[in-house]
Amino acid sequence: MRNAMIIDAKDNVAVAIEPIAKGEQAVYLCAGKEVSLPVLEDITIYHKLATRNIAKGEPVVKYGEHIGAATTDIPAGAHVHVHNVESVKEDRRSKE
Amino acid sequence: MMTFYGYRRPDGRIGVRNHVLILPASVCASDCARQIAQSVEGAISFSNQQGCSQVAPDQQLTMDVMAGYAANPNIYGTIVVSLGCENCQMDLVVAAIQERTNKPLKQFIIQEVGGTIKTVEAASRCAREMVQEASLLQKEEFPISELIVGTECGGSDPTSGLAANPVIGEMSDLLVKAGGTSILSETAEFIGAEHILARRASSPAVHDRIYEICENFEKHFQNVGEDVRAGNPSPGNKAGGITTLEEKSLGCIHKGGHSPVNAVYDYAKQVGSKEGLVIMDTPGNDPASVAAMVAGGAQVIVFSSGRGSPVGHPIAPVVKITGNKLTFAAMEDNIDFSAAPLIYGEKSLEELGESLLQMVVDTANGKQTKAEALGFNEVAIARVCNYV
Repeated sequence: MRNAMIIDAKDNVAVAIEPIAKGEQAVYLCAGKEVSLPVLEDITIYHKLATRNIAKGEPVVKYGEHIGAATTDIPAGAHVHVHNVESVKEDRRSKE
Repeated sequence: MMTFYGYRRPDGRIGVRNHVLILPASVCASDCARQIAQSVEGAISFSNQQGCSQVAPDQQLTMDVMAGYAANPNIYGTIVVSLGCENCQMDLVVAAIQERTNKPLKQFIIQEVGGTIKTVEAASRCAREMVQEASLLQKEEFPISELIVGTECGGSDPTSGLAANPVIGEMSDLLVKAGGTSILSETAEFIGAEHILARRASSPAVHDRIYEICENFEKHFQNVGEDVRAGNPSPGNKAGGITTLEEKSLGCIHKGGHSPVNAVYDYAKQVGSKEGLVIMDTPGNDPASVAAMVAGGAQVIVFSSGRGSPVGHPIAPVVKITGNKLTFAAMEDNIDFSAAPLIYGEKSLEELGESLLQMVVDTANGKQTKAEALGFNEVAIARVCNYV
C-alpha cells in the first residue's frame, strides 16, 4: 500500500500520508514507478522523510524548490524536520 | 454560465448577504456598538480594538478597514458609532466611507448623544428602521463574474500545500476563467516563493511590486530587531510537519492556482471586480488578513486549515476547507469541505475544484457556512507600530 508521496521529481524528501513506523517500508510513486524505502525512525503522518542521503549544507527540496538546508548529514529514510533543517534566505530573483 | 442570486447595491456592486453594519469607530465605541447590534435582528457588529492613539500609517489601516467594511456589498447600510474624542473622528470616518460608496449611512457620537444608554436607544431605533428597509430588497440573478473571493490559509500543515490549497487554486482558476476576481493574500507566506508569483506577473510593475512587498515585510521586523521566521512557522505548523517558512510559503501560494497575477493591492484597499487573480499585501495573521480582503470587497472567503481553524467573519461568509483527513474527522463541526481525497487518489483536482466552486456559489446564494451558523465574527486589524 502506498503510504508516502513525492510532489516533484526534483524533491529529495517524501511526505508520509500515513504514519510509518521504524523499520517499515515507505512506498511511493516516483516517475510512475512504485519505490520502497525502509524508514529509520517513526514518521508522523504528513511529516517528511529523506528519499536519498542529503549531505550537511545541501538544500532540502520539496515542491521542486529549496525549503532550507540540512544542518547535519541526513541518511535516506530519516525524518526530515526542524532538528536537521534550517531556513536559508536566498536571492529569489536569480531563480526566476 | 454559472450564476448566483445576490443583492444589487446603489453603487453598482452585488452583495451575497444583506446585513446592517453597526460600525464602532474605535475601541471606546465597541461595546456600545455591540449592544445596538444585539437589540436588532439583522444588524451586525464587531470588536474594533483600534481607532485611537495610533500613528498615522496605523490609523490609515484602521480607516481603510472601516470604510471597506461599510462599502462591502454584503452590507445594506451602516450606522457609525463613535465616542467623540478618538483620533478616528466621525467626519473622517464618514468621508472615507462616502469615498467608497453611496449606500445608507447614519451616525451617532456617544459624547454628544449623552452616554451609552441613550445612544443604544437612538441607534437601535435607527438600526431597526434600516433593517426593515433592507428586508424589502429582492435578490436577482447575476453571473459569477460579479464575485470577489478572498483566499486564506491558517493553522497550516503539510496537507494545506498538498491538497487544500491546490483545490482552492483550482477553484480560483475556474472563477478567473468565468471572469471573476480572486484575491491571494498573506505576504509573510510568499517569502521563499515570491519568484514563482513574480514569474506569473502580468506586467513589470506587478513583478517588481511582488518582490517589494516581501522585502518590506521582512525589513519591517528587522527594524525592531526581530525576524519574521521567529514566529512563523507557528508551533502548530511545526507539530503538523512544516519545517521552514519557505516550505509553508510554497504550499500557501497554491491558493492562487496558475492564473496570471494582474495587480498588487495595499492592505484593505478597494479591489476591482472582474480583475482575475490579484494579490493583497496582508500579514500572516488570519483574522487580520481576512479583514483586509473583506474591506477590499470580497463577498466570500475560502480558508484552508490543516490543523483546524474555526475563525469566521461578521460580514463575509467563510468557507473552511482542510486536506487533513484526521482534522476533518475531528473537527467536522467547523470544517465545510474536505480536500483529503486528493491525497489518497480518490478524487481528481478538477473534480474537487469544481465542487469547491459549487460550494462558493451555494454560499453566495445564502447557504450558511459552519462558521456563520456558529456566529463567529472574529476581526483583527493589522498595525505597524505601538500605540502612542
